[in-house]
Parts: sequence; C-alpha cells; structure tokens
Amino acid sequence: MNFAVLQFPASNCDQDAVHAIRSLGHSARYIWHKENSLGDTDAVIVPGGFSYGDYLRCGAIARFSPVMQAVKQFADNDGLVIGICNGFQVLTEAGLLPGALVLNRDLQFHCEHIYLKTATTESPFTNKIPAGKILRIPIAHGEGCYFADEETLARLKVNNQILWQYCDANGNLTDTANPNGSLQNIAGICNEHRNVAGLMPHPERASEEILGSADGRLIFESIFAALADKLAAKAA
Amino acid sequence: MKAKIIVTPKKAVVDPQGKTVQNALEHMGYQGVTGVHVGKYIEIDLAPGTDQAAAERVLNDAAHKFLSNPIIEDYRLEIE
Repeated sequence: MNFAVLQFPASNCDQDAVHAIRSLGHSARYIWHKENSLGDTDAVIVPGGFSYGDYLRCGAIARFSPVMQAVKQFADNDGLVIGICNGFQVLTEAGLLPGALVLNRDLQFHCEHIYLKTATTESPFTNKIPAGKILRIPIAHGEGCYFADEETLARLKVNNQILWQYCDANGNLTDTANPNGSLQNIAGICNEHRNVAGLMPHPERASEEILGSADGRLIFESIFAALADKLAAKAA
Repeated sequence: MKAKIIVTPKKAVVDPQGKTVQNALEHMGYQGVTGVHVGKYIEIDLAPGTDQAAAERVLNDAAHKFLSNPIIEDYRLEIE
C-alpha cells in the first residue's frame, strides 16, 4: 500500500511516520505541502509537528496549504486519512473532523506515555485492535485538549465516532488518566463517514519494541487491513 | 486605515490561561477580580483610500474563516 505523508513547514514527525510505515512493510513517501496532487496514494498521514510554528492557532495556516485541497478531494472520494497530533489539529481546522484542540488544561507541555482505550473497533483505524487491549502510546503536546460543543459531543457518541480515550492502565476513564483535560477523555475521533481520523498520541512512535511500546502498530495494521479489504472488494 | 480584531475564547471553552492570570492577580493583591480571559489582538494595516464598508465585509469573512476559529473563539472587528 502507498502512504502519502504530508510535509508542512515545521512538520517534524513526518520522518517517523514514513519510517513506521516502511518498517511495517508498506510504501510511504513525502508530499510537500505545495503539491496539488497526491499521486498514487492509498492513505494519507498528516503528521505531527509545529506546522507554521503553531502561529495564530495550531494547524490554522497549514489547513490552507495547496495540498489540503487534494486531501479534501481524496477524503470526499472515501480515501483514508489519519492526522496525528498537529495533523489532528490541521484536520479539525480544515473542517474534515469536528471539534477543536485547545491548550492543555494545566498549561504544561506533556511528553509522556499514556494509555488508550479503544472505544470502537468498527473503523478502518481500529479494526485490528483486540477487544479490551489497552494501548500504551506516547504523547507530546501542549495543545491537545479536545473540545466540541454539547451537540457535537452527543453526535460523536451516537455515531460511534470516538475512537480512543485516555484511560489508566486498567482501562478506566479517570480524570487523572486524562493528560490534557480533553472532554470525555477523547484522544482520537473519526468523521461520520469513518474514513478520516485524528488522534493526539503518536502511534508512529510506538511501532517498534525498542521505542518502549509497539502498540501503535495495531493502528497501522488496522489501516493496512482496511485497505486490503477495499482492494478485495474492488476486485470482486 | 487600520483594522483591529480582538479574538477571545468562547465561554464554553476552559480558559486555563485566563484562570492562571486571575490567580496570579489575586496573589499579587489585586482585589475584586471576578474573571480573566486571555485572547488575541490582531492589527491589520489597510491601504489608504480602501473602501471601509467593503473592507469590513472582507475582514469579517477572514475573521470568521481564518483569524478566529468559530468553534472555540469569538471575535470583534473595528476599522478606523
């Protein structure tokens, strides 16, 4: 499968994303933010970093980069898109995902491993995560507090759009386990169509045991499986 | 001609900066502070002779689409 990893000025997790995909046996290439086309792409990763210095608001400027038009079209045509950290911020600013990410409630930048509970395995991003498995994945962000108004939150719940929530080692959604104050401990969500997802934690930094956890692989493996299913469905 | 845009966090959004500044003011001894909200101030210089009404329309559009995020922020625009 071919993964396109976007690069905005000051994206800095693009190389880790490319490395993770390649180490898991698939192709990945960089797409500079000024490109108008994604080329032959099966899935897009919007990587982490501080695009445009987080100026004005995180992701507020990157969302207007030329490549985002192509990403929007790709998403409108059912393409799979996953935004990681700053990528999640870019996708919410672009309106491809609901809600917004604001300053962590304690005003601290949190760089630590956290635990994630997978709220649903019914998505191309979670289908290979064993039921009940708690994922241990690192976060590194100062503005990762997920916010959405009551109506949007209700809709996310009804539509099963919450994919991952911060939890403790035993899977409990406690306040202490919430590193940034996100409403309902939301760490990651998908859109209504379930082809675009965003999460603040970094699965690309947890795809090899040597990094302390390989739980992030399960998210990428879910995407690989979903893409394989798509291909098989097309061939049929 | 100058456009002045003040962007503030919506009341529904937790404003830890505001709260922190409020605590600091209290610790410093300033009495009677019942709330603090920290936002952004943006100044845009416009070419002389710009039509003010047109500028207001365009800048409201820019403020709504880009300079502020309507999900979490409110804005006020003034042109002088």
